[in-house]
Amino acid sequence: MSPAPAVDIKTLTIDGKEVSARAGQTILEVARENSIAIPTLCHLDGLSDVGACRLCMVEIAGTPKLFPACVATVEEGQVVTTSSDRLKKHRRTILELLFAERNHVCSVCVANGHCELQTLGQEQGLTHIRLPYRNPKLEIDGSHERFTLDQNRCILCTRCVRVCAEVEGAHIWDVMGRGIDSMVITDLHQPWGESACTRCGKCVQVCPTGALFDKSKVGSPHPKYPEFLPALQMMREQQ
Amino acid sequence: MSKHTLATVWLDGCSGCHMSFLDMDERLVELAEHFDLIYSPLVDLKTYPEHVDFALVEGAISSTDDEAKIKKIRAHTGVLIAMGDCAITGNVPAMRNPYSAKEVTDRAYFENASAQQQLPTIYVPTLLKTVRPIQEFVKVDYYLPGCPPAADTFHAFLTGLIEGKPVDVSALTRFGA
Ligand code: SF4
Ligand code: FES
Repeated sequence: MSPAPAVDIKTLTIDGKEVSARAGQTILEVARENSIAIPTLCHLDGLSDVGACRLCMVEIAGTPKLFPACVATVEEGQVVTTSSDRLKKHRRTILELLFAERNHVCSVCVANGHCELQTLGQEQGLTHIRLPYRNPKLEIDGSHERFTLDQNRCILCTRCVRVCAEVEGAHIWDVMGRGIDSMVITDLHQPWGESACTRCGKCVQVCPTGALFDKSKVGSPHPKYPEFLPALQMMREQQ
Repeated sequence: MSKHTLATVWLDGCSGCHMSFLDMDERLVELAEHFDLIYSPLVDLKTYPEHVDFALVEGAISSTDDEAKIKKIRAHTGVLIAMGDCAITGNVPAMRNPYSAKEVTDRAYFENASAQQQLPTIYVPTLLKTVRPIQEFVKVDYYLPGCPPAADTFHAFLTGLIEGKPVDVSALTRFGA
């Protein structure tokens, strides 16, 4: 008889590969530890997960339901598939819905070439959108001295909301409205420039698209650097 | 060897796709061994031919004239290729869509005109309510995104067509490329 293990280890299969994980880990974490790529958009290392975008959906044998890998936790004996024709079809449709919902004009966007939505579209083989574009009339808030919010490019991933609340501790971002009318807002829907913003710029760095940008970057490449988050987290844990 | 016939069409776009096509430079000579360019802003023919094997279409559908043209092109073309972001997404021309066509023409012909404020009524086609990509009007066989697609993209794509081995377009280009 071997002694009970100190940690609760789960064994499962992802894409035919036998892997082991600690209980409570998400399928996404375990897949990435094993170099299995799952596309994500709302997930960001260093922030809590909300399962908002559904791009990370995976199949689990024995159920017809799909599971968001960023929030679904591992189970003993699970058989997970991260790529199939069905998943590809759904991922493609999600991206098409995002492109059709607001006005993503890549050619003139400040984030062109550095946008996670654009890159994912290319990776998933998107050469056109099969849905009619909605072309809504949306606000651009340029009231902040350093940054701009362009609702035309927002995909409602809520990374800005989470980084501001969880990491900066200011919580000036929130989501107002419902369904297709949902918008990110600052404070109680006051202009960004008049809000309690601490001007740290973390939201700009985590925003996957050109929805939040640094005014000084207009007309020049605007890569974002969200990698600061896990590093910051590690430093804080060491203190 | 018999050549394929080729058309290039310029709808609501800036002609940047055509410029990029020409940027293939000396490779155009080699392509000319496989294609006869029979209709294009670059040749004299004014009416679309009875049959064209391949058509590269630049630009979105913005006016009644664009709409009539794309339908005619589809009816007389074997393989229709949407060339560039305007044809595929509406892109820059579609940035007027959140506004009404009247707001747009008022701005151009009245608010910003210092002399002769009037809406042209002859020779100028009526604007559609919104600018739409061509696949909303006709069936498209291939999509070549990019603003504009690079000369290398054109070359790889057209070479694939000649060899009957269509290339994976996403490996070459994307929206906004
Ligand atoms: S502004 Fe950017 S980070 Fe915030 S929800 Fe929209 S896309 Fe996400
Ligand atoms: S990354 Fe999992 S739902 Fe967005």
